[in-house]
Amino acid sequence: MILRLAIGSLLARALTVGMTVLAIALSVALFLGVEKVRTGARASFADTISGTDLIVGARSGSVQLLLYSVFRIGNATNNVTWQSYQDIAARPEVDWIVPISLGDSHRQFRVMGTTDEFFTRYRFRGGRSLEFSDGQGLGDLYDAVIGADVAATLGYSVGDPIVVAHGLASFTEHDDQPFRVAGIIGKTGTPVDRTVIVSMEAIEAIHVDWQSGAQIPGQTTPVEVIRQMNLTPTAITAALVGVESRLQIFGLQRWINEYPEEPLLAILPGVALQELWQIVGIAETALIGVSGMVVVTALLGMMAMIFSSLNERRREMAIWRAMGARPATILGLLVLEAVLMALVGAVLGIVLLYGGLVLLRPWVDAAFGLWLPIETPSLREAVVLACVVAAAGLASLLPALRAYRLSLADGMMVRT
Amino acid sequence: MPDPALALTDVSFGWPGRGGFRLSCPAFSLAPRESVLLLGASGSGKSTLLSLVCGIVTADSGVVSVGGTDLKSLSAGRRDRFRAEQIGVIFQQFNLLPYARVSDNIMLPLRFAPNRRRRAGGVAEAERLCAALGLPDGAAHLPAGRLSVGQQQRVAVARALIGAPPLIVADEPTSALDAATQDTFLRLLFDRTAEAGSSLLMVSHDERLGDRFDRVIRLEDIVTTQRAAA
Repeated sequence: MILRLAIGSLLARALTVGMTVLAIALSVALFLGVEKVRTGARASFADTISGTDLIVGARSGSVQLLLYSVFRIGNATNNVTWQSYQDIAARPEVDWIVPISLGDSHRQFRVMGTTDEFFTRYRFRGGRSLEFSDGQGLGDLYDAVIGADVAATLGYSVGDPIVVAHGLASFTEHDDQPFRVAGIIGKTGTPVDRTVIVSMEAIEAIHVDWQSGAQIPGQTTPVEVIRQMNLTPTAITAALVGVESRLQIFGLQRWINEYPEEPLLAILPGVALQELWQIVGIAETALIGVSGMVVVTALLGMMAMIFSSLNERRREMAIWRAMGARPATILGLLVLEAVLMALVGAVLGIVLLYGGLVLLRPWVDAAFGLWLPIETPSLREAVVLACVVAAAGLASLLPALRAYRLSLADGMMVRT
Repeated sequence: MPDPALALTDVSFGWPGRGGFRLSCPAFSLAPRESVLLLGASGSGKSTLLSLVCGIVTADSGVVSVGGTDLKSLSAGRRDRFRAEQIGVIFQQFNLLPYARVSDNIMLPLRFAPNRRRRAGGVAEAERLCAALGLPDGAAHLPAGRLSVGQQQRVAVARALIGAPPLIVADEPTSALDAATQDTFLRLLFDRTAEAGSSLLMVSHDERLGDRFDRVIRLEDIVTTQRAAA
């Protein structure tokens, strides 16, 4: 009956109570939403590359190697010679190896030279492989495959010509050897979306007339001649390696790191991603903090609402007292009301969150490549909700204690 | 001789702070089933006296006993429960929780008084009282705020009388009613109080109400008050 009366009392003040509940609901939805985005971002980040056991590059830092080989951020300090690459490829532990050659660009996008195997070996988001949304893989020497963002930003479709620029943000273009868009890769949410992929041979081909990063003046080898040349690369930027058995990863890693001919570095992508996330992850803490403050603000709003309602409810408190309610009962009644408001707010927040997720998920995935999982609320979320409700109960103690004192002083008669 | 329904002996009480309003009452008693009208203007100590009778405050000295129980011998929590068990209270107006159903309002004191609840039974008793007090059919299930002021006062009577507490305390229950409604209200109040076998202590400033009561007492004849400078 007390519960029914508490609900009745709340319903009677539907407007203010509704606003308070809405504030709590929005703050809870925001908090859990940030939590979702955070875990989604972390998962997406960790899923940028999977299925690759080792990444090999010139010796530098593991985060740096990860950044330029996978995220195409920054540059390699050095190349890996073709000889070293072949030595690694010849190791018995190696199941497959895919070379990567970076350094050129097209508009704001990086051009990456690689082999056909890249399309089958590169995995993301828990083992998904690349899929062509249009066209197909590299066939001809001057074929290029572009990522979804490249296609969308530059409005390219299959068959369009592409001219690759030398270096990054450069005005020197390999305009004598234009490429043709052979395929477009569907959206992955990984840096592949922002990459123009060509063959290793094509990287060699466009640099035939170049030396030390500059075009040899007056020299232009006709395309027909280039097609007949031996286009085996002399160096690569990095390589993705898969091993026969996961037990051999560390053995191979040590062998590569101790390779005597050239200083090399082999990293485990998962470990390097973790290291990188620790740097990026500071932002997430700030985000959690801010959304936590929003929840606190909503609860403070509720507290203020209860405080301001006390005066007009003194009559009601006097009735309760006259009927034999102890001051403690009145305190309990106010706390109960607060807990009810928080409970409804929390449940409404969950509904808002999942409703929003269902509606926005396809858009978020397409726009940001961020896949937000819709799962049954986790234990962690349940704990968050329980904390919100408990905090509401605690916050209401202050006005409830005031009501307690008021009802002790007023008794059955309201003196104002 | 049975214990009086209410007895005040050498009672003295002063509000803490509050300009030092003091009240003392050498002797007053109310027999079982007796009805008494206390006449007094506002500021004559009515509220303080009712607070003492209901055990909201306790006397600084002297004895306030209800049904033979010295209120001061009870702890604050026990006093609240004792009030719920022994006393039905009717205010001037705004007696009810407007958001709650009439039946919930009537049964509210039972929530704090197990013995009285046992005597009263369930919702049926609330409905019976509603009917006996001339409230329309189905009124018991309406929110109390929907009723007219006169109907609300009758609901307050039903609430005071449910479970037949030995003492009914009414604080100017008719002042919000017009003359015609007043008369019906008083008749119903007296009939039901007699039926329940309760004593009735009513405080009012209106001398015209006096006819129905066993005794009419002027407040200044039984209490002295002083408002000392704090």
